[in-house]
Amino acid sequence: MSATLRETGENFSARYHGLAPRLPGPPDLRRRAADWFDRHGLPDTRDESWRFTSLRPLAGIVFSRAEDQDDTAPSLLARLPPTEAPLLVFTQGRMRADLSRFPAGGRAGISVASFANEPSFGNVPDSETEPLSALNTMLAEDGARIAVAPSADGGTLVLLHLASGNAEHPPAFHPRHQIRLGAGARLTLIEIALGTSIYLHNPLTEVVLAEQAELLHLRLQDESAAAFHLGSLHVALGPGSAYESVALVRGARLARSELTAAIVGEGARFALHAAQILGGEQLADITTVVRHLAPGASSRQSIRNVLTERAHGVFQGRIAVDRIAQKTDGYQMNKALLLSEEAQINSKPELEIFADDVKCSHGATVGALDPNQLFYLQSRGVPKAEARAILVAAFLGEMLEAIPHSWGRSVLEGAVQSWWKDRPV
Amino acid sequence: MALLEIRGLAAEVEGKPILRGVDLSLPEGEVHAIMGPNGSGKSTLAYVLAGREGYHVSAGSVRFDGEDLLAMDPEARAAAGLFLAFQYPVELPGVGNANFLRTALNAVRRARAEPEIDAMKFLKEARAALKRLSMSEEMLKRNVNVGFSGGEKKRNEIFQMALLRPRLAILDETDSGLDIDALKIVANGVNALRGEKFSALVITHYQRLLDHIVPDKVHVLSEGRIVRSGGPELALSLEESGYAGLVAEAAA
Ligand SMILES: Nc1ncnc2c1ncn2[C@@H]1O[C@H](COP(=O)(O)OP(=O)(O)O)[C@@H](O)[C@H]1O
Ligand SMILES: [Mg+2]
Repeated sequence: MSATLRETGENFSARYHGLAPRLPGPPDLRRRAADWFDRHGLPDTRDESWRFTSLRPLAGIVFSRAEDQDDTAPSLLARLPPTEAPLLVFTQGRMRADLSRFPAGGRAGISVASFANEPSFGNVPDSETEPLSALNTMLAEDGARIAVAPSADGGTLVLLHLASGNAEHPPAFHPRHQIRLGAGARLTLIEIALGTSIYLHNPLTEVVLAEQAELLHLRLQDESAAAFHLGSLHVALGPGSAYESVALVRGARLARSELTAAIVGEGARFALHAAQILGGEQLADITTVVRHLAPGASSRQSIRNVLTERAHGVFQGRIAVDRIAQKTDGYQMNKALLLSEEAQINSKPELEIFADDVKCSHGATVGALDPNQLFYLQSRGVPKAEARAILVAAFLGEMLEAIPHSWGRSVLEGAVQSWWKDRPV
Repeated sequence: MALLEIRGLAAEVEGKPILRGVDLSLPEGEVHAIMGPNGSGKSTLAYVLAGREGYHVSAGSVRFDGEDLLAMDPEARAAAGLFLAFQYPVELPGVGNANFLRTALNAVRRARAEPEIDAMKFLKEARAALKRLSMSEEMLKRNVNVGFSGGEKKRNEIFQMALLRPRLAILDETDSGLDIDALKIVANGVNALRGEKFSALVITHYQRLLDHIVPDKVHVLSEGRIVRSGGPELALSLEESGYAGLVAEAAA
């Protein structure tokens, strides 16, 4: 079994070695990532940080380089409620000017370029020695480069990741995105990933917030139910900056969403509200590392899992507080609602605190729907399936209702509501 | 045939027999009181009628408007016109009271093939009902029963009843823990619905609620059986002599 997972990794290495001279950008980092990947390949469950999340479903799949091809982008686009907001569309990891909608000449204060045209690997720590990042570094060919000028309000930008997979020749793509906000800049970034059939989406996203910058980052991962999503997000927070994210994971057969936040500026605020709603045989993993490297900053992580059938949810959250990061306020909570006997959750919080004057807490809860609450609703005439949906919505409600962007909220709420339609209860 | 016909009803919880052959007939348009000591099975009877899981009916039958009530899901019983005001109303964090009530109302209307009502019309009706019950509109904005005082929870049950307009209401100790003003609100809520098409089983410990909701009949439940039935005067005599005499009489 592990031999074939190794083969899957070797395929990626072989692709790199075949493509290397033609890949965009400076070659050194790629080469180091490839060296590391040649030696280590894809991680298995002996790797401590992959203990709960087995990549075994990837074993034996030969992923090919994503080609430009006829795609299902228009029908995927039609799944979204209409919006006037500027739209950047990627299909199979490539920027599609023809499908994007961005005012000619750009907008005041915000610039958009592609990695293919202006390749830069940015400044992501360990991006050649962490498995998902190394895979991306080795094979990235395109991505979005978004920059908001100091003091500018970038408004709303929608970043759509569409994928047409293929059951016989599943494509793999590794887009490299970079979002930079100058001092005092603001942006609402809404990322939505949708797809059909089998593919591997391995994005790496770097977010850099300069002093006092504010990013609202809304994310919906609704990949094809047969697809694989292995993504990593790296956020660097400057002094007084604010990163706030609401993220919903409901797609992919196997998903791992890594997030590392480096709080390097004093008084920065980091907030992640994430939910995983999973059924069937889905496995989804959120793994976060929040590093407090400056004093007086806060981090809040609130994770919700709704798991039914044989779904498996994983949350691993590490908060590391550096010696100088006094007055840190760290909070982490992982709650799971198990709707079936076979559903399971793994929760692994880790606190590493080297400062003495900090406030850090974490917690986890696991439970089923409360039969008293169900009966109360039923006794008022609400059918059982609807009663369950109401209670699940209530479990996620706090997080969704608080989204300070109406279109973004409707996209995420719609994704929760439609989840029930496909599900026997 | 009466609206509600309970015959020889026996039920157990976790293998323990609680109801041991209850017979009760409630004609349409009447209000009957059920009294009895703590632990006699009053709430169990209410839950069995409403269809709560975990109550195993081992014998007997219940007909509601001629239909086999025990064969119906709880939601179908509600749609058929049965309403239970809970002894301990349940909190629903994250569920707004207005949304909850409109969902319930529309679920019941759908089941009865009536058109759903929109948010505006619902709000109008809800406000009117709150006014009749001297309750604050602020009730609609809060989460269902979350942070409500005991009295507010009970009044919220009556408010729901007012909106859902059941054919049969079962009030399980809705009067317990209420001050006299709240008690009057509850009684008014029931009396406002009284008529040919409304029936109720009022479960209570105390005579004082029955001063305000005058029942057509009073039944005394003891150890899972109805041991005595009579007119409103039975409640009065119980107040004076207590249950002890009756229970001893029944055992003899
Ligand atoms: N869920 C339950 N599990 C076990 N015993 C129960 C349960 N509910 C009720 N009982 C028992 O059934 C008996 C009747 O209870 P109940 O119907 O609540 O009485 P009442 O409402 O008249 O006070 C009591 O002995 C009580 O302990
Ligand atoms: Mg009781």
